[in-house]
Amino acid sequence: MISAAGIAAQLTELALAVVLAPLLTGWVNQCRAWLQNRSAPGLLQPYRMLAKLFQKEVALAHNASPMFRTAPYLVFGCLCVAAAIVPTLGTDLPLNAVADAIALVGLLALARMFIALAGMDVGTAFGSLGARREMLVGFLAEPALLMVLFTASLISHSTSLATIVETLAHRELVIYPSMAFAGIAFTMVSLAENARIPVDNPSTHLELTMIHEAMVLEYSGRHLAMIEWAASLKLFVYSCMGLALFFPWGVAEGGDWLGIVLALPGLFVKLAIGGAGLSLIETVSAKLRIFRAPEFLGTAFLLAVLAMLVHVLLEG
Amino acid sequence: MEISAQPVPGAVPAWRKQVDAERWRTLAEQLLSAGSRLGALWASDERDRGGGYLLRALYVIFEGLLIAELRVDPALATYPDLSDLFACAGRMQRAAFDLCGMRAVSISGEIPDVRPWLRHGAWPADAHPLHREHALSQPHPQTEERYAFVPVEGEGVHEIAVGPVHAGIIEPGHFRFSVVGERVLRLEQRLGYKHKGIEKRFESLSLAEGIRLAGRVSGDSTVAYAWAYAMALEGMAGTTPPARALYLRALFLERERIANHLGDLGSLGNDGGLAFGLAQFSRLKEDMLRTNAALFGHRYLMDRVVPGGVAADIGDSESAAILAEGERLRTELRTLRAIYYNHAGLQDRCITCGRLTPRTAATLGVVGLVARASGHAIDLRVHPGHPPYGELQPEIASHRNGDVAARIVVRFEEAFESLKLQRRILHRLPTGPIAASVCTPDEAAFGIGWIEGWRGEVFVALEAGPNGAIRRCHPHDPSWQNWPALEHAIIGNIVPDFPLVNKSFSLSYAGQDL
Repeated sequence: MISAAGIAAQLTELALAVVLAPLLTGWVNQCRAWLQNRSAPGLLQPYRMLAKLFQKEVALAHNASPMFRTAPYLVFGCLCVAAAIVPTLGTDLPLNAVADAIALVGLLALARMFIALAGMDVGTAFGSLGARREMLVGFLAEPALLMVLFTASLISHSTSLATIVETLAHRELVIYPSMAFAGIAFTMVSLAENARIPVDNPSTHLELTMIHEAMVLEYSGRHLAMIEWAASLKLFVYSCMGLALFFPWGVAEGGDWLGIVLALPGLFVKLAIGGAGLSLIETVSAKLRIFRAPEFLGTAFLLAVLAMLVHVLLEG
Repeated sequence: MEISAQPVPGAVPAWRKQVDAERWRTLAEQLLSAGSRLGALWASDERDRGGGYLLRALYVIFEGLLIAELRVDPALATYPDLSDLFACAGRMQRAAFDLCGMRAVSISGEIPDVRPWLRHGAWPADAHPLHREHALSQPHPQTEERYAFVPVEGEGVHEIAVGPVHAGIIEPGHFRFSVVGERVLRLEQRLGYKHKGIEKRFESLSLAEGIRLAGRVSGDSTVAYAWAYAMALEGMAGTTPPARALYLRALFLERERIANHLGDLGSLGNDGGLAFGLAQFSRLKEDMLRTNAALFGHRYLMDRVVPGGVAADIGDSESAAILAEGERLRTELRTLRAIYYNHAGLQDRCITCGRLTPRTAATLGVVGLVARASGHAIDLRVHPGHPPYGELQPEIASHRNGDVAARIVVRFEEAFESLKLQRRILHRLPTGPIAASVCTPDEAAFGIGWIEGWRGEVFVALEAGPNGAIRRCHPHDPSWQNWPALEHAIIGNIVPDFPLVNKSFSLSYAGQDL
């Protein structure tokens, strides 16, 4: 039953995700700079970056196909839908009826496919190099992510994210050992999927080591802005997914407006802590050799499988 | 081995020997079997004095330096190739052709490599800038020339071309990787993008002015170059700098070494994804540069070494400030060393990565820090040593593994050793003047300077013209020998490890492009 309030909540949530995503990126960058004893860029730096890029001229390769030009919008679109599915503030979301956790993983995979195709489109060595590496990371990360989501589904007997959040948030405080394993696996997958250290380095200038950046090297102007924004959105989606699965408390039930407004400060606090944690991980680790990435993601998959086993054996 | 050669006056033991084409080759064979290295090779135009072209090869022998001089007939403009004996000769011979127009020819009569090295189409193939009649200001239309990279073929082999314009702010150089998947089968470098005609420019300067240009051949080694130049000039003029000046030069050189090692250690951490290291080491380096600016008047100590001595002196309070800074630095460096050595992620990236085996290093005639990290304990501060290093007794830091981790270890050890030397210098600093006057050398006087810079040994060969002008000055950077070694160190490694390996070599583009 789609209510007007539900649609309003859905739109509010989506708008918030799109607007707040660069803020989270700014916060992570700021924390990272502090941890490295550098003076930090402003919290709003990602917005300034986007504003600058939107004003800049687009330089396109001569042989760029329409695929190359449309990919930034398609990627951004995929991530917008993904952001709409994840229950960040409330659980009464009309889109929940049509898309569950599996669809979410599919959407993220679709975005990855578009960006990898765009990376190869112009035919530069770096684009193909990045696309190749991205697919390597992707095909290892996706099964692990699915396993994490399945563990949560086993607890709540549903693959709908809203139901998972409701179930997890409203049981009396029980410690699920399975979710501890799943949490570690999810963190590892998120690092890899968001091109963070130790798998990729978002701030590197070394073109030979890049994964995500290598694919988007040929982009400029508003296209690059969309890609950067989509990358921020992806980090936001993953963070909210993590919060929804492992720290679901405070998310409003149903579509009541008051609950959503009250959930907002909680979300801010949780994201701030999560972002600081991410920057801490990035500061204390070095980047892995690229062929260690499969081991890293293999470990994530193993932990996710362990989480399921633990659930079946101990909690079932 | 016999040295029936004429000694070159100066602080380093050096001899010159005129040879003919046949002896050029046999001498090289003899020297190779005696374990000598080729230090540098360069050409001059002596046709205005009726001497044709003059080719010089500088060998590092046990006793010091031996310079073989070969007169080449301008009509033939060929000489026997040495690149089959000394691998590093190849690029120097190609550069000698670009600049002076004579070819190395192998015994069977073939030209080993006809591709240009320093010439990128900025001047025609038949023009040679070091010819005396070639005007410095002569304009040439830029021509487009394809450089024939060595192709690698096979199932799944493809090329990755990187540079000369990179995604970060670094010097220009082109790297052509032939790879299968992520694995590097072959790397070929194309350098020379920073060629700016330094050798030609020297010829329009006086001997006294030349030191400033020498100090700018490779900015990060300014003290080493300026000292090498000063050493060559002082040798020609028969001047011995006062003891205090030599101690201060050593102080500058060690501070240059420390600052560059700090910078590289930070960048190595960053290339391994540990940005924390970059932030910490950058801070330490910056503090040091600021101390340099405050005490000596220049952050990188440019123009602080002058012919006859130094241009900056220190008093007791400055000395105390440097010692206090050194103590602080030592403590911080110890902490950072512990972090680098114990960081599993960083060690995993560095150990076995980019190995240059001692054998390959010897074959390629690698020098300096890279050689020391590959088991070759060569450091000319220790052997043959020159004032004031005999009294300072430096110790060689070396390692056998030849990987990135080994080069990190050597950098740390050398930084600590340089801090120790800095203490010794300041405790034993002699009193007296800081500069002696340098008289104008006679025309055709020849001098040589040889200094262990932070990257490796820097040579400056200097020849006087009439009335205190420079007739020919050849600065030689250790990067000439070490760039080819990088091509070997990366073989079998994976593409994303290249920046780390490259940084661990930390070679100069400007210094070898001239």
